[in-house]
Amino acid sequence: MRRDIVTSIIAILLFTLLLGIVYPLVIEGVGQVAFPGNANGQKIYRDGKVVGSKIIGQAFEVPVIAHNGKPEEKEGEPVLQADPRYFQSRPSATEGGPYDAAASTFSNLGPNSRLTKQADEERIKEYLALNRPYDPGLTVAKIPVDAVNTSASGLDPQISEANADIQAHRIAALRHLSSSEIDALIAKYTSARGLGFSGEPGVNVLELNLALDRIGR
Amino acid sequence: MTLLGWATIAIFALVLTALAYPLGRYMARVYQGERVFLTPILQWPESFIYRVIRVDHKQQQDWKAYARSLIVFSLAGWLLLYFILRTQTLWNFTGLNPEHFHSAPWNVTFNTVSSFLSNTNWQYYSGETTMSYFSQMAGLTVQNWLSAGIGVVVAVALVRGIVGRSGRSLGNFWQDIVRTTLYILAPISVIGAIVLISQGVIDNFASYLTAHTVTGLTQTIGMGPVASQEVIKELGTNGGGFFNTNSAHPFENPDGFTNFFEMLLVLVIPAALIFMYGKMTGNRRQGIAIYGAVMLMFLGAVAVAYIAEAHGSPAQHAAGLHTGAIAGSGGGNMEGKEQRFGIAGSALFDVITTVTSCGAVNSAIESYTGIGGAVPFANLSASEVIFGGVGTGLYSILLYVLLAVFIGGLMVGRTPEWLGKKLEAREIKLAGLGILITPLAALFCTAMATATSAGRASISKVAAGGPQGFSETFYAYLSQANNNGSAFAGYTGLVQPAAGNLGSHGISFADLLGGVDMLFARYAPILFALAVAGALAGKKVSPVGLGTMRTDNPTFVVLLIGVIVIVGALTFFPALLLGPIVQGLTGHLY
Repeated sequence: MRRDIVTSIIAILLFTLLLGIVYPLVIEGVGQVAFPGNANGQKIYRDGKVVGSKIIGQAFEVPVIAHNGKPEEKEGEPVLQADPRYFQSRPSATEGGPYDAAASTFSNLGPNSRLTKQADEERIKEYLALNRPYDPGLTVAKIPVDAVNTSASGLDPQISEANADIQAHRIAALRHLSSSEIDALIAKYTSARGLGFSGEPGVNVLELNLALDRIGR
Repeated sequence: MTLLGWATIAIFALVLTALAYPLGRYMARVYQGERVFLTPILQWPESFIYRVIRVDHKQQQDWKAYARSLIVFSLAGWLLLYFILRTQTLWNFTGLNPEHFHSAPWNVTFNTVSSFLSNTNWQYYSGETTMSYFSQMAGLTVQNWLSAGIGVVVAVALVRGIVGRSGRSLGNFWQDIVRTTLYILAPISVIGAIVLISQGVIDNFASYLTAHTVTGLTQTIGMGPVASQEVIKELGTNGGGFFNTNSAHPFENPDGFTNFFEMLLVLVIPAALIFMYGKMTGNRRQGIAIYGAVMLMFLGAVAVAYIAEAHGSPAQHAAGLHTGAIAGSGGGNMEGKEQRFGIAGSALFDVITTVTSCGAVNSAIESYTGIGGAVPFANLSASEVIFGGVGTGLYSILLYVLLAVFIGGLMVGRTPEWLGKKLEAREIKLAGLGILITPLAALFCTAMATATSAGRASISKVAAGGPQGFSETFYAYLSQANNNGSAFAGYTGLVQPAAGNLGSHGISFADLLGGVDMLFARYAPILFALAVAGALAGKKVSPVGLGTMRTDNPTFVVLLIGVIVIVGALTFFPALLLGPIVQGLTGHLY
């Protein structure tokens, strides 16, 4: 028994040193040397400032301005609304407002919950209000599910191609672009399935919107 | 549903089998003390470790000595981890706490430590708002390795007991844990971590990144040494996420390829162990029979989950959404699922991590449809023998095999024999107890938590007042009793008003009951499994005769599946009816 105790104490300290200090340092070192971009989160810069991470979604929203010219506030936080000139990301349930990448959270909305239905209906209303003026044929049944269901991480960087195609009508009108120009951009920032079969294709919203801004219209 | 979705599932099963078979043979050689291709590189560090920890690795241990080493070592690990987590700010001098997080409260820490020791990795905390990088590395990552190793060594010891022909020895605990770490976990982890970084999993010690978004807002992005923990989290079927949303977070699981790769990491050792068992018993077909049985149950579970999730939820339909696949969208119940994984990649991941004790998630189980959510329930109810956790899966299913042989023996009216050893009252009693511990712990804790207001305090606001609230509670204690760690994540044991743990407090009832649930359901079955090994080790082997019931043919596979379903799943059937099955049978919204 005493032998076991002595051995256990030395062993747990040795394993902590090897597996808890040396191993993570080695992996970090290799990562920083071999794949520095990936290891540091694939930052994207614009005008010398970090504008986001390529694989973390963000909210393309702007503060609502009230009639008195000041930003509208609710419980001390500015009220935000979608900026129609950008492709919109999926709904997000992160705690500190949408796309809070310092506190990822599930919505945890159940399949048989009235609250889930209400949340879906609200987002359907918003999505129709945003897109139907530019796509008159759009109905509830045509909305792709990813556009109104929250993602798991709340940080999903992608939207489905169907979602992008619907929003393309709005972007084309507001930015005076031809639909072929937009379609080419969407195709450019659509990633294929892993290994050709694993997962679903998705459109990277941040990269797409940055490309729109680069065109400058 | 799409053809590619089904193809993903089929390809996964094939690739898994192709990788697990050679790995199983390799593991058998390692544990039988034969030379392997890594021996020239690893024998020096191996003997160095034995010298430092002062053990004679050649000394053979009977089951009691083996169990004593295991328990004392686990206790030392528990105490050190509790110390590290409760003194989080003490380690700020290392620079590995850039966000200056305080320690979580004592009750949450009790739960977390018990969780990581028992390979459960149930998390009442959220990684990116609670844990410093130092706690993640030197604390949690270490137990990701060691709890996996302990599971494997118990399985190996049990197999030695089954096949042993000389005396009562089960091997040497220290040798087994060191070899598991060096020869099996380490090579795969190092290569796997680098593969993950090459595909976009992050690994750094930077403070959280502040981004100025396209529309002029500010976004803070959590960072950390993720890849090194991610790989062992999957490989050791641990499942505790670096971030709160676990493998759904793009920094843990960036694309379809990493999703596939991580799924393989989770299942490869549990699958390999079954082939190792075949090799060590000297009869390949013993392993293939068990592999066939669990693979059948596994594929059945995947099919049900995939079909249910692709169908969509009552809430979606009530809101008027069309949930079928259309051009440019896979459709389905996308609430709580990521676009890049889609329905198939989410359902498959969900089944893989709930048949094993992994419990990592890449989608929100709480948002699964009634039937889709009943699948992880059923997987857990089978006490994780469908592949199961690293080691735990094999020793648990071997207890079921023993029971199946016994029942089969009763049916043909002969003394049951298993691989030439007579099964007698002592082994059957021990195996029966070992199997019943998990259901006992799960149901007892669920009843306590449902019946008391202190227990109901953990139910999330959105789920209260419907079957979902019961599902949350039941799943919490079932998951902890099975050392799984996946969650209907609305169920909580920590109230955290702000990041960094300022002003946070735990819900003691949930934290303590859950912690005890995990420890009891981890170590009691381990002791029973080792005791069975000890009882079998000393038995004489008699030659196979005409009347011996074979344990390597399809008849036995059917018998084994029957025993698992009847004993495992039916124990939980009444409880399952009250939660997920009610939800699956109704379109009613609560």
